This record gives sequence, structure tokens and C-alpha cells, in this order.
Amino acid sequence: MKNTMNFSGEHLAYLKKQRRRKIIIFLSRWLILALILGLWELLTYFKVMDPFITSSPSRVIRTIGSLYESGDLFRHIGITLGETVAGFFIAVAAGYSIAVVLWSSETVRAVVEPYIVVLNSLPKIALGPLIIIWIGTDCTAIIFMTVIVGIILCIMNTLAGFLAVDPTKLTLMKAMGAGRLATLTKLVVPASLPALMNTLKVAVGLAWIGSIMGEYIVSRAGLGYLIVYGGQVMKLDLVMTATFILCVLAGCMYGIIALIEKFVVKQF
Amino acid sequence: MLEFKSISYSYHTKSGETAAVSDLNFTVGKGQFVSVIGPSGCGKSTILSLAAGLLKPSSGEIIKGSGEFGYMLQRDALFEWRTVEQNIFLPLEIKKRNTAEMRARAVGLAEKYGLKDFLKKSPSQLSGGMRQRAALIRTLAAEPEILLLDEPFSALDYQTRLEVCDDVQSIIKSEKKTALLVTHDISEAIALSDKVVVLSARPAHVVAEHMIAFGDSPKSRRNDSRFAETFEVLRKELGI
Repeated sequence: MKNTMNFSGEHLAYLKKQRRRKIIIFLSRWLILALILGLWELLTYFKVMDPFITSSPSRVIRTIGSLYESGDLFRHIGITLGETVAGFFIAVAAGYSIAVVLWSSETVRAVVEPYIVVLNSLPKIALGPLIIIWIGTDCTAIIFMTVIVGIILCIMNTLAGFLAVDPTKLTLMKAMGAGRLATLTKLVVPASLPALMNTLKVAVGLAWIGSIMGEYIVSRAGLGYLIVYGGQVMKLDLVMTATFILCVLAGCMYGIIALIEKFVVKQF
Repeated sequence: MLEFKSISYSYHTKSGETAAVSDLNFTVGKGQFVSVIGPSGCGKSTILSLAAGLLKPSSGEIIKGSGEFGYMLQRDALFEWRTVEQNIFLPLEIKKRNTAEMRARAVGLAEKYGLKDFLKKSPSQLSGGMRQRAALIRTLAAEPEILLLDEPFSALDYQTRLEVCDDVQSIIKSEKKTALLVTHDISEAIALSDKVVVLSARPAHVVAEHMIAFGDSPKSRRNDSRFAETFEVLRKELGI
């Protein structure tokens, strides 16, 4: 194996170029954010844009501060985060279980397929009134909304991962006399881990859509509630603040999944 | 050890029925290495599936001795998420014989056949030849009596193929296993086997059987003048 000591000059130049490119990308990303925020702040400061309509970074920070002081900040974040995380886990777990059932029987798969196709294309928000009447107006309803927004995709992606398992490996398991359960646990589940990671990434985004959509329809607290309420009373600082917090939270949750993926898929 | 008695087998698909094998007769004696060659698509793999009991014959009888089958496939099908060692333990786990004793035996086999330094590695760190060797050790780990080899070398490049071919043959011989190989490669069949069974095109039946007696290793056979003669005979019988 080589080490840095005996790399050729050409290779060192190549490494240097790669490193420089990485730094440029990193800096550019932050620069764009700083530019947007700075411009936004300046334009509102000099009244080119009306901060009542567009809010501004400093007003967002002030709003966060006042929400924090009144003790509302973490209450709203906690509620929405709780709903999103609960909905996410239920959708993934239930979706995975249903995918296992569909995987195990080709006949069941064929029977259920049209239902999945229709449910997949149905805009879930259409179920809003039904959910309120059937489940009520507390956060269970919002979690339910989150689950139905995500579950179909979880089923379809997971199942696709199961069915993409190398047929040679399936033959091998069969030849060794493995039953359905052994095939599932020893081959299908581990082989489809990368597919599961992809599903999780998409499911996280859908969970946020579900919880905020749920809060739009029915809620008394949460970030989605703040956005709707802020819009109704023309408190756009509140709308911007809640949106900003959502961006940060969604980014963090995606980051956690991406980190887990890196760790899990390393072995593949 | 293994006897096919007037075996027929048909595939059923929507578009109809395809006779893959018809009135097939041959035997594999204990400790014998038998190769089945035939034109491609003649139902060679079907024969192995029938032998292993994965498929039931439409008619006829397969007489089996005691002991289990071990399967080796066209590709090694090693699980990337397991180390080489864990791959070798796979059949033990599935057959619920995952005892310390069986594991030690499997590791012993792996060490005996040059996989000692690779046991804790991932399959992706192994060369194609080494991977196929690991696949063979995996097959042997469950102590099968008969090995069913489904063109196990066809996915390898030519040089590796000769190497692995000799390798696998010597391991099978020194472990005193019975083997049934299906292949479309005439020279592979001659180099490896005690007996070559030539099949017709679909529906497959036996055209000829040849005992190969010269040479004592695949290498010495390839260097023997009778290799080319046998090759010609088989080639004509296959009609190519």
C-alpha cells in the first residue's frame, strides 16, 4: 500500500485540486445563505421591501426570542416534532410489515395491487374531513394524517427492495432448504437494507408534509398551526419564523437518516 | 448413489407446455465426478433441480442414496453484508446445525484450502477465483454427500476459470465427495470428470456416455494427446 510519502507530484496536485474543490463547494453553500439573509435584511431595513409583508431575519430572531420567553417555542416545536416522528415511525414500521406480507405471497400481491395504486394517487388531504369526524381534533388525527401520507410509499419502496433481491441468492437459499422465514431474515431483510435507507429518506420528507398538512386542517398548537394562525392575523413574522424552524428541523432529521445510512450501507 | 430412471419433466407456462427432459437415464456412482454436457438451453439446470428435489419429475424415478446435496451455482452468490466466515456458516444456520463443532470443521476446511487470511474479510475484497473457492467451502460446510455444480465457472474469465476449475476438482476429490456438474464447456467436462454424459437438444435425453480414464489431474489431462480426440468425439455428438 502506498502512503503520502511516495505519491507522485501529479497525484499530489490531483489531491490538492480535489481538496480545493471541496472547500469551494462548502464556502459557496454558506455564502449563498449569507447573501440571501443579508440582502433580505438590508432590503427591509432600508424599506425597499415592506417588513410587514416579507418579515426579515432580525424580526424572525426577535420572534423566536419572544416565543422562547413566553415558553411557547418548545411547546410548538415539541408538538409538531412529536407528531412527525411518531407518524414517521408508524408509517415505516407498518409499511415494512405490510411489504413483508405482500412479499411472501404473489397472490396477495396481485389482489392488493390496484388498491395500492389508487391509494397512492389519491391526494390524502381529501381525507381531512373524514379524519376529523372519525378520529377527532387532537394530535392523534394529525399523526394519522402523517401515517397515511407516508405509508403507501413505504410499502411500495420496501416491496420493490424485497423483490430486487438477486435471484441467484434466492436459488441458493432454496437449494440449502431455507424456508420463507429464513429466506426473509437471512437474505431479503439484509439485502434490502440500502433500499430501506432510501425509503427512510423519502419517508422523512413525507412525514413533515403529513404533519403540517394535518395541522393546517385541525390543530391548536404546533408549527403548522403557527403558520396558519400567523397567516390569518397577518403576523408574517410568525409565519416566517415557523417556516424557518421547520427548515432547520427537517434538515436535521434528514441529516440523521443520512448519517445512519452511511453507517449501515458501508458494508455493501 | 444417484440414479435417474426414465425421467421426464415439462415446464408449464401460459403459452404452453415445454418438455425439458424426456426419458433420461444415467447414474452417478459414489465418489464419481460426473459431468453432463449438452447444447445450451437443453435443460441442464433442470437436471440438477430434479436431483436436489427442487423440482418433481413429471414421470420416472430418481433413486438417491443417503446424504444431503450441496449446490454450487453459476455465480458465487456470497452475501456482501457477511464476512467470508459468516458466509461459510450460512448453510449451518439454515440447516440448524450451527454448533461449535460444525463451525470449527467449516473453518478447518477454509484454512485447509487457503482461505485462512480471508475469513474475516468481506467477499468484495476477494478475487473472482477466491470467491468461487469460498462458495465451494460454503457448500461443503454442511457436509453434503453429493455436490451439484451448475456451471460454477462460467462467470469467470478464462485464466481464473482454468485455475478455479482445477482447484475445485482437487478439493472435491480430496474430500471424497460425489459430484454432478452440468456445463456447456466440453473441455471443462473432459478435464474434470470420471464420466461425461452427453445430452441431446431439448427435450434432453442421453446421447452417449464416456468414461474418462486417462490422466490423473485436470492439468495432465489437458496435456494428454487423448484430450483432443475425446474433445472431437464429444463435439460431434453434440452436433457442433
